[in-house]
Amino acid sequence: MSEFKPLPDQPPPPNTIGAVGWMRAHLFTGPINSVLTVAAAFLILFGISWFINWGLFDADFVGSTRDDCSGEGACWVFIIARLSQFIYGFFPEEQIWRINVMFFIFAACIIALMIEKTPKKGWISLFTLVGFPIISFYLLNGGIFGLEEVETHKWGGLTLTLVIAIVGIVASLPIGILLALGRRSDMPVIRSISIVYIEFWRGVPLITVLFMASVMLPLFMSAGAETDKLMRAMIGVIMFQSAYMAEVVRGGLQAIPKGQTEAAQALGLSYWKTMFLIILPQALKLMIPGIVNTFIALFKDTSLVLIIGLFDLLAIVQSALNDPNWLGFSVEGYIFVAFMFWIFCFGMSRYSQALERKLNTSHR
Amino acid sequence: MSTQSNATESRSKMIQLKNVNKWYGTFHVLKDINLDVYKGERIVVCGPSGSGKSTMIRCINRLEEHQAGDIIVKDIPLTNDLKNIDSVRREVGMVFQHFNLFPHLTVLQNCTLAPIWVRKMPQKQAEEVAMSFLERVKIPHQAHKYPGQLSGGQQQRVAIARSLCMNPEVMLFDEPTSALDPEMIKEVLDTMVQLAESGMTMICVTHEMGFAKTVADRVIFMDAGQIVEENEPEEFFHNPQNERTQLFLSQILQH
Repeated sequence: MSEFKPLPDQPPPPNTIGAVGWMRAHLFTGPINSVLTVAAAFLILFGISWFINWGLFDADFVGSTRDDCSGEGACWVFIIARLSQFIYGFFPEEQIWRINVMFFIFAACIIALMIEKTPKKGWISLFTLVGFPIISFYLLNGGIFGLEEVETHKWGGLTLTLVIAIVGIVASLPIGILLALGRRSDMPVIRSISIVYIEFWRGVPLITVLFMASVMLPLFMSAGAETDKLMRAMIGVIMFQSAYMAEVVRGGLQAIPKGQTEAAQALGLSYWKTMFLIILPQALKLMIPGIVNTFIALFKDTSLVLIIGLFDLLAIVQSALNDPNWLGFSVEGYIFVAFMFWIFCFGMSRYSQALERKLNTSHR
Repeated sequence: MSTQSNATESRSKMIQLKNVNKWYGTFHVLKDINLDVYKGERIVVCGPSGSGKSTMIRCINRLEEHQAGDIIVKDIPLTNDLKNIDSVRREVGMVFQHFNLFPHLTVLQNCTLAPIWVRKMPQKQAEEVAMSFLERVKIPHQAHKYPGQLSGGQQQRVAIARSLCMNPEVMLFDEPTSALDPEMIKEVLDTMVQLAESGMTMICVTHEMGFAKTVADRVIFMDAGQIVEENEPEEFFHNPQNERTQLFLSQILQH
């Protein structure tokens, strides 16, 4: 009987691999593509070099008034002079260390979570999601441990943006998960409540929600029961975003085969154990792009609070643009705002992609 | 109905189905199913697709709800009482056609999950139990891999080990080899034969007639939601009583 021997593997042709192969395959596949490649490269180089000259080489960084700007390039003096206000809002100057402590704890948590080998990651994430918001609230608001109370109308700038965004993110995900489970429940009452909630909040623009929260709600409430304006705005944001989150989560839940639930039930796991041990870990992994998408939208939507008189990062920069001493630097101001938003959103996006790669155990 | 099985009444009844009926909407899937399964008995259920055989065994651990009749597992009646359902599921293990392993957990975690969370077993002990069963199905060296890294046959053996870790009294098999490549069917059947020899009570929905001949105490043939015929394998294959059974057997044994 003859023995079966597979043929040895041959290397691929040299011009189909490496940098040359990649460029041949993607940039210079034919005359039209080659022309487009050269033209696009020229445009990109031209545009970038102009922007770098304006924003970096011809720009002014040092100084304290508008006279320190030459006017040839960007005047970053404006941003630098106002930076403290842009970040901390109207927080009393001698209390700003409290915000810095909050930023420091936040950064430490995030870094600890990003490093692969950190021990006890579960506890750190629990602290980031539960402990950190509570600590931050008392740090910012004060009123206990001898900390001076700082009313929320003094909060502003990047601090306020982050506060609204983080509270929104931390609260809307669990509420969204419960709503999604409710909408898929067999119990008609719970299902109806979930559907009505989701469809109501999803069908209303966020601006309307914020207006209702800040203008209408106080009209209905008795004079004594005045709640904080920021609190009302945040509850509005949470209600609104959790409805969106619920639909993202529902999409993920539907992607998990029914056999997973059946296998868990056959092993005797209860509904909640099935959900938290089997279904949600798999579904959340699938949902990461959708969840982060919602987080990013939420983060940017926080700037809508400016219409009810809260000074988030965008609003505070806008108001600085109207300062008679600094008229005419709106381009720099808006670029700064856009850049700050972009940094955070891009960071979330990269982190989510790393998380997706790490959690991928399907090996398909 | 066919001849009564030769199981003696002195043996204890593990599962009793009495006049079980089930409908999907208006479609009558199970019609007056009566079946007694004794401790240690091995039963093979066969029949054409859509005959209700999967639905019947899925009713036994309440993955499907029956609408009329009684199902009693180890003296526990299956009703809407969640406590009863939980206790029945603890006694009844199930192996699925598509394995249904948990892809986000390793093989070992798949096996220890239910003992830890349902039986409240300490993790160390659960892992020892799991490893002993993984050795029995001959894949202890794959314990720390994820299900997606295993072949179909290996995955199905892990699924069998996962069920056994709960120390069930009855095992239900729902077409365990139907989704497997031909080269992998044998390794799963060998595991099932080994399990049968250890005295486990088993109900297997399968079309592996070789398995039925070697292992089964009784073969049940179902069509159109009814038990058409039940008999010992020898009699069932060589001397089928019902016309429908003869037709079915002639179709599947032709090749």
